Amino acid sequence: MTAEAPRGADAPPELIQLLTPEGERVEHPDYDIELTTEEVRSLYRDLVLVRRIDLEAVALQRQGELGLWASLLGQEAAQIGSGRALTDADMAFPTYREHGVAWCRDVDPVKLLGMFRGVNHGGWDPYEHNFHLYTIVIGSQTLHGVGYAMGVQRDGAEAATIVYFGDGATSQGDVNESFIWASVFNAPVVFFCQNNQWAISEPLEKQTRIPLYKRASGFGFPGIRVDGNDVFACLAVTRKALADARNGLGPTLIEAFTYRMGAHTTSDDPTRYRVANELEAWKLKDPIERVKAYLFKNQLADQEFFEKVDAEADALGKDVRRRCLELPDPEPQAMFDHVYGGPHALVDEEREQYLAYLASFENGAETGAGR
Amino acid sequence: MTTLTLAKAINEGLRRAMEEDSKVLVMGEDVGKLGGVFRVTDGLQKEFGEDRVIDTPLAESGIIGTAIGLALRGYRPVCEIQFDGFVFPAADQIITQLAKMPLRSLGAVKLPVVVRIPCGGGIGAVEHHSESPEAYFTHTAGLRVVSCSNPADAYTMIQDAVRCDDPIIFFEPKRRYWDKAEVDLAASGLPLDRARTVRRGSDVTLLAYGPMVKTCLSAAAAAEEDGRDVEVIDLRSLNPLDLDVLVESVARTGRCVVVHEAPVFSGFGAELAARITEHCFYNLEAPVLRVGGFSTPYPPSRLEDHYLPDLDRVLDAVDRVFAY
Repeated sequence: MTAEAPRGADAPPELIQLLTPEGERVEHPDYDIELTTEEVRSLYRDLVLVRRIDLEAVALQRQGELGLWASLLGQEAAQIGSGRALTDADMAFPTYREHGVAWCRDVDPVKLLGMFRGVNHGGWDPYEHNFHLYTIVIGSQTLHGVGYAMGVQRDGAEAATIVYFGDGATSQGDVNESFIWASVFNAPVVFFCQNNQWAISEPLEKQTRIPLYKRASGFGFPGIRVDGNDVFACLAVTRKALADARNGLGPTLIEAFTYRMGAHTTSDDPTRYRVANELEAWKLKDPIERVKAYLFKNQLADQEFFEKVDAEADALGKDVRRRCLELPDPEPQAMFDHVYGGPHALVDEEREQYLAYLASFENGAETGAGR
Repeated sequence: MTTLTLAKAINEGLRRAMEEDSKVLVMGEDVGKLGGVFRVTDGLQKEFGEDRVIDTPLAESGIIGTAIGLALRGYRPVCEIQFDGFVFPAADQIITQLAKMPLRSLGAVKLPVVVRIPCGGGIGAVEHHSESPEAYFTHTAGLRVVSCSNPADAYTMIQDAVRCDDPIIFFEPKRRYWDKAEVDLAASGLPLDRARTVRRGSDVTLLAYGPMVKTCLSAAAAAEEDGRDVEVIDLRSLNPLDLDVLVESVARTGRCVVVHEAPVFSGFGAELAARITEHCFYNLEAPVLRVGGFSTPYPPSRLEDHYLPDLDRVLDAVDRVFAY
């Protein structure tokens, strides 16, 4: 039985958009943005390159080189727009799908593959690029981001924190607790929710009866809905929210309204739960095509530019593939490393015993004894 | 030397740690103005301010999750979980995030977070206020788990816990909060991961931690009247375990009884019994026996005296270990 929707829930919410799917620029009184030709071309390049990395990773999984991959297909603008809004001092807390944000933070794409290939559980230094480790348990990182922001606040530093999560995560207790903490402590944090309409097989209406951005008002901070397939709007809105956070105005919830064009992960089969015409409708709102149309129509880029970006993307894809295949399997003792910061009697003993056990096979082979 | 209750000793230890390092924070429910429901953080907010002694919203997962974020930013949060039975909403953040993040970062991240948990029964409390959840956490790689039993140790152990770069679950025996003892405020104490032999004996070894150390010492004194020379070891650290001290003792006495408040089945005592048996097999005169809570939820307080190991139940186990 479906409950009656709350009053007002069916009214179309305002969607901040600066670039239409057809590539037309639109003005917005609060969130306009000035972009140089070079900046637009660079945004386009980023969108194309991260889509190519993602495509390569899906292929690597299909060929058995990755155990799993969570594709960002369709969410490039939300990630590049918000990622490019960050300053070096800002800190980002991703889910496991923010490959585009990682790209903006200069994280080597091959480092993202480690956990999906099974050679580590994360494997990059979060401080090196101010990009935290991927978090798999849904919504946990929102609290880490708010705690980090409380630290920034205590340091008196001029920095903001951005926390990524999806529509499904908004049902998690941790996400709601993070909203409360951020609000009560006025933490310099931006909550960036990519509403891609699907939490694996569950559509948005299984998570909420009101538009997600409206949740913020109940917690006491502003919520905004932005066209998540519009890289200009995502950049403008995130830039403003980050500036507000840095200026002591507290948190903002941004709902980037987008669509997961692919499966939840490579283990998922969306044909079991969603209809093809939904996908077709969203294809028309593609985040890359509209920037291309804008560049083309306004004669800001020519065919040579687009070909050059495509060639660069192909080269990047090949490079990612080559270096993925070269990722060495870890040595057995690696699983004992970094469990604790220093010596630990039990872990040290088990490491020693297991290595001695392994060595016993080698010795046996050498001497021909027993094996 | 100063006479302090165990609660006050932790309070003094926290004060010392906060003076020593401006990155040390205290956070939890009611830890500020009230000073915590057990007054363990009494006066700290007044002395160090609201930014360092943080009254948090009432949500345990939020406390640990934001503490992780603060630690990522270079702070050293000391979190209070108000009662043992309230730690479970935070279990995901502790087990899934806090314990594993340093390894996931290949050592780039350190999370010096202390989770203080008043534990155990014996105070006539309502449901969920008397539990002993240590085994859930000793079972989790990446966490250190310690349990203090007396004011002098509490004072140094909390300081050592704050200084440690690993996440630590710090159990405080709530029914011993008001026990008084002499504390040397200048002492540095035994290292955090070391066990202490609190009473030397030659006939049987009692292994205990937290609230049960005092119970075992009383039992040992009573056994002396029966002519039995009982050794008592306070584990202090449950993970890592100071196994050498335990093995040396049981190899000498040949008998061992493990005592804790938590249910015996799958309790921490099972780990102790297994390791002692493995290391002291040829020295043992009898199997390692365990005394603890029953395989029931913690009972209503009018029944807790039946549930909690007391001097007589410990002595009964000592008798049984001699009957082999």
